[in-house]
Amino acid sequence: MSVWEYANPRRFMAVSGRLLPWVAGAAALLCATGIVWGLFFTPEDFRMGHSVKIIYIHVPSAFVAINAWFMMLVASLIWLIRRHHVSALAARAAAPIGLVMTVVALLTGAIWGKPMWGTYWAWDPRLTAFLILGLFYLGYIALWSAIEAQDAAADLTSILCLVGTVFAVLSRYAAQFWNQGLHQGASLSLDAEENIADVFWLPLVLAIAGFTLLFLALVLLRTRTEIRRRRLHSLSLKARLA
Amino acid sequence: MNALLLRDLRLAIRAGGGFGLGLAFFLILATLVPLAVGPRPDLLAPVAPGILWLGALLACLLSLDRIFALDAEDGSLDLLAMAPLPLEGVATTKALAHWITTGLPLALAAGPLSLLLFLSASALPWLILALLVGTPALSWLGTFGAALTVGLRRGSLLLSLLVLPLYIPTLVFGAEVVRRGAAGLPVATPLALLAAITLGCVALLPFATAAALRVNLR
Repeated sequence: MSVWEYANPRRFMAVSGRLLPWVAGAAALLCATGIVWGLFFTPEDFRMGHSVKIIYIHVPSAFVAINAWFMMLVASLIWLIRRHHVSALAARAAAPIGLVMTVVALLTGAIWGKPMWGTYWAWDPRLTAFLILGLFYLGYIALWSAIEAQDAAADLTSILCLVGTVFAVLSRYAAQFWNQGLHQGASLSLDAEENIADVFWLPLVLAIAGFTLLFLALVLLRTRTEIRRRRLHSLSLKARLA
Repeated sequence: MNALLLRDLRLAIRAGGGFGLGLAFFLILATLVPLAVGPRPDLLAPVAPGILWLGALLACLLSLDRIFALDAEDGSLDLLAMAPLPLEGVATTKALAHWITTGLPLALAAGPLSLLLFLSASALPWLILALLVGTPALSWLGTFGAALTVGLRRGSLLLSLLVLPLYIPTLVFGAEVVRRGAAGLPVATPLALLAAITLGCVALLPFATAAALRVNLR
């Protein structure tokens, strides 16, 4: 029994079909708990007041936006090396979700930035790198939708994903080189001495877990849809031949 | 490789090859910017490094879709794929030919054009050096983008969407070299990083380009 067995679309469909309601349910539960707890049952920050509460959307969406790209990178590598179709489809399914999460993180950041920094947008390295990440998502999605031959599209987008990862990371550090930051540093790291206070930390971690599960559920759903669409396509081709 | 390089250069220089097009575009951009923002030297001088780099970027972009598209149309790309020269070599040669016909003339033309934008004289050597060091990365990245989109009929718009984000680090470091040069600051760090990006691109991207070409030739 190895993990590669799920590369068989039939196996994947069976397992993911059983898993999906649970993942979706857990995602809904954790998101709701984290956000409701965060919004209504945490104290206000002594300097930021109510506006701190947007953190329960902002941080989880940013977390998912970045990690979605790395998930796509791993899926692309698996596709290029082992030619498992499910993997390529999962990478394809993740891209629009990552793009939406990037936009959500940027929007909530802008809404948060206006009362705190006095501006919606600053050319801060983190903000800039996030905008660039959004551009990479756009290019990736555009390339997928432009190519008709499915396997060629999967190959080319995987190559783009590999090269794009290198340049997205490079851009991140180039942006750091180019301008000073306004955004605060990391305050959720496991190894840091000082993190945010526990009252904010717990609901935030719940919300992050909820968003991650939400991402997982959406990827499963979209991959299943794509597999079904392909089956439909091949069935209709068969029917036309018969 | 030499034969392919000479052929590409000859094709680019002869009529319809678009050799002068990038340069003309560069000139037009340097003319339009003062018309758009006003002719005051105190306004133009600080943005001149950025404008010139942006112009180089866009002029480079203009000729990208010809790198493989014409060869794919008349079938010579298939011949190249079957030739004893590996596709990685083809990719390198194509990128080199593209650089010689766009990046190199752009770097040389940047001198006179920087006068139009009142770039300070002390920054001019750095501008030319930065363009010479940085534009190969643009050509190699562009060749990769062209290989990705070679099978598409209307690939040029998509090509710019794919390639421009990849140009960001080069642009940042390249413009930073000139900005520091203009301010009289030490330029070694951004220049070294720019050179590192170019060398990395030259060394590694032909493999990605060749992989994309193989997919598109399947």
